[in-house]
Amino acid sequence: MKLASTAKRAARRFASSLPALFGVLVFTFLLMRVLPGDPAVFFASGPNAGKEEIETIRKQMGLDKPVPQQLVLYLYDVGRGNLGRSLMTGQNVTKDLKERLPASLELTFSALLIALVSAIPLGILAALRPGSLIDHGVRLFCALGVCVPTFVSGLLLIYVFYYLLGIAPDPTGRVDIFMTLPPSHTGFLLIDFLIAGDFEGWWAAFKQLILPACTMALFVIAPLARITRASMLASLGSDFVRTARSVGLSWWRIVVTYALRNAILPVITIAGIVFSTMLGANVLVEKVFSWPGVASYALDALLSSDYAPVQGFVLLMAFVFVIVNLVVDVLYGIADPRISIG
Amino acid sequence: MTQPLLNIENLHVTFSTRRGPVEAVRGVSLSLAEGETLGIVGESGSGKSVTGFAVTRLLESAGRISAGRITFRDREITKMTSAGLREMHGSAMAMIFQNPRGALNPIRAIGQQIADAIMAHRKISADDARGEALELLRAVKIRDPEKRMAAYPHELSGGMCQRVMIAMAISSNPALLIADEPTTGLDVTTQKVVMDLLAQIAADRGMATILITHDLGLSARYCRRVVVMEQGRLVEEAEALTLFHSPQHPYTKRLVAASPTATSRVEDLVTGDENLLAALPAAPLPTPPHGTPPLLEVRDLVKRFDDGTVGLKTFSMVLAAGESVGLVGESGSGKSTTSRMICRLLDQSEGSINFNGESISHIPARDFHRAPQRKDIQIVFQDPNDSLNPRFTAFDCIAHPLMRLAGMRNGDALRARVRECAHRVGLPADLLERFPHQLSGGQKARIGIARAIACRPRLLVLDEPTAALDVSVQAVVLQLLDKLRREDGLAFLFVSHDLNVVRMMCQRTIVLRNGEIVEQGESHALFDNPQTDYTRELVDAVPNIELIEAAVAG
Repeated sequence: MKLASTAKRAARRFASSLPALFGVLVFTFLLMRVLPGDPAVFFASGPNAGKEEIETIRKQMGLDKPVPQQLVLYLYDVGRGNLGRSLMTGQNVTKDLKERLPASLELTFSALLIALVSAIPLGILAALRPGSLIDHGVRLFCALGVCVPTFVSGLLLIYVFYYLLGIAPDPTGRVDIFMTLPPSHTGFLLIDFLIAGDFEGWWAAFKQLILPACTMALFVIAPLARITRASMLASLGSDFVRTARSVGLSWWRIVVTYALRNAILPVITIAGIVFSTMLGANVLVEKVFSWPGVASYALDALLSSDYAPVQGFVLLMAFVFVIVNLVVDVLYGIADPRISIG
Repeated sequence: MTQPLLNIENLHVTFSTRRGPVEAVRGVSLSLAEGETLGIVGESGSGKSVTGFAVTRLLESAGRISAGRITFRDREITKMTSAGLREMHGSAMAMIFQNPRGALNPIRAIGQQIADAIMAHRKISADDARGEALELLRAVKIRDPEKRMAAYPHELSGGMCQRVMIAMAISSNPALLIADEPTTGLDVTTQKVVMDLLAQIAADRGMATILITHDLGLSARYCRRVVVMEQGRLVEEAEALTLFHSPQHPYTKRLVAASPTATSRVEDLVTGDENLLAALPAAPLPTPPHGTPPLLEVRDLVKRFDDGTVGLKTFSMVLAAGESVGLVGESGSGKSTTSRMICRLLDQSEGSINFNGESISHIPARDFHRAPQRKDIQIVFQDPNDSLNPRFTAFDCIAHPLMRLAGMRNGDALRARVRECAHRVGLPADLLERFPHQLSGGQKARIGIARAIACRPRLLVLDEPTAALDVSVQAVVLQLLDKLRREDGLAFLFVSHDLNVVRMMCQRTIVLRNGEIVEQGESHALFDNPQTDYTRELVDAVPNIELIEAAVAG
């Protein structure tokens, strides 16, 4: 019953976000047309590019038609699952994104995992002894994580672990270029290597991943640790924790089963927001570590006025955002029995 | 003589606050025998709850026992380690708290929570613990205990939650049960059921109980011995009935006088110079000239909410100018819904409301602030803390309706009017510049009243105006309201769950249940000789001292 109601709620939520997705689609399309820069000029540019040549490219790309007509054509294409062709790579945008999304997702998931695994215990420790040395230490660590931009912390990590200590491999992409890639099942290298049973390859991919993931994690530990601390403090000071103490429950049961499970609810919300933000905003990390992800792809496309990839990327991000919100919603429904009413 | 179960010697508890240490308990000594019931009575800030928390060592981190000794059986609680305390909590002494719903873990099934408490003290399997939890739910008389095992606190009523709390507290058979305001916030009938259950369980299992409460009547009904606390000190200790008949300490005397009983009159609540009504003649109700319409006429009012539930099935009433009518009923009876529709904060589904002969029910609640009747119908809200804007000074609070509704401009006239209002409600003029958080509960209640009477309304809707106040403050506020009514010829619609207060303050009373009027009539007649079972049940549930005496004599 509970499962059915959760599924129903999720479906309703998804349906209600479809108009928003459509809005994003139209808005990005128009925004790209308004931005300065003509793709035809950009791609035709060469010492001998004449006016006629540019016009030809324009015609090829359909840019000579009026904007509303372009929009309708674009929507028609998107409706058929065709996001257009990238001038930069010469490939279909769908194919480009499909190739690059797993790289970004793998990086973001790992970073979020690292962030959660370190932020939640830090937040709990800080909440258990508010005002203590640990609390101040956590606060300092969080402040540093937020203050230092990711490209600086990324470079610092490379300097220390690659240049000075020599433990990390050279920061170029997901695996060594001489490495044989496993057959692609999920696109997540760590999982694909495991499926292929290639542990050496797994280790190599892991070593490539760990530095960029840590760089990203450092940046998002702060909000997660702070929210954990705050909601843990509220939870520990609540009446039901006092009740738990009054009947003599053990420390572990009070802190974990009673306080933490209640405190985790806002952390789930924040984690969802953090995840969506990271996926799009990790372009700096992707650049520093030459990570072949979607964000750096979109940035390159934007710089060269390549319309289709940018539009495709924004649509993809909006879609991911909707999915992440759905997942958060479902998790919330599982974690908090009060949600299912109404 | 046998060794007492609990012995408190010269207990001092200090809280560290931003303004330095504050002593909440200053030298309390008392002892309790096995199986005894003791009441600790006092107003907020008296240190009664802090004493309870000190005994169980559950004080919040800012508070600590700064001096004194507490011994339980032979063990000195004040010197126990946290491991020793954990062992003792639940198995030797347990607590029941105010706000039962908040005291339970909102995201854990109640059966599981009780099982947790059982397993904290005994090495038994989870299945056995759940079986025992089921037995406990049965013992606290929860219907359908098998089904309720998997319920979450938000699915249960406040009274049910308190029973679950009791089940948890008694799960390891403690020798001492401390109940801290266990029924505050519950309906009178639920209060009676919960307190009877608690008393019966304690008697059956031979548990000693300490009942911490602000309600003198409640402590008299359920405790043999009562101690009175004021500002961290014990001021009087006596058998419950003795305390009421011949209170010795001046504070106890004031407290007993201020507690409304079935026979008290609003004139007698406050003794001495502070009495506002002593010099005031009881105003005869002015007979309006023949043919004037009643001040308020409500006909066939119905409220259905969007989700299909019916808040009010049907309601009609007439209120004359200068008259005071009480609206009583349990939570969910529709009394708040009714009062909100009458003051046009909520739209009715059907029915008509006429004010002073003119229909106001056709004006949507959303637009009523522009209607000329807005200043004639004013409201005094329940919570004096939350109903004041924290960024408004007392002056702003009172001046706001004058500027919005009476169209006064900032100036000498406005200042004079605000001062006059403050004076009438007994608020010292120098407090007008303060913000709500710098004022006491009673002072905030006065601001709420001053704000309501600022525009000289003709009808005042009072929504539990004293529910959040201490009895001695309540006494003063009730007198103040009665004085204003007599002086201005105000009409009152008095919504309350406290029958003794309604009996004193209102000439007529309407009893609501499940959105319907079950009985109405002249207050004293209605309460002395209720015609319906429901009203009788309500009246019997009030812990009145007279009734207890009758029971003892019989």
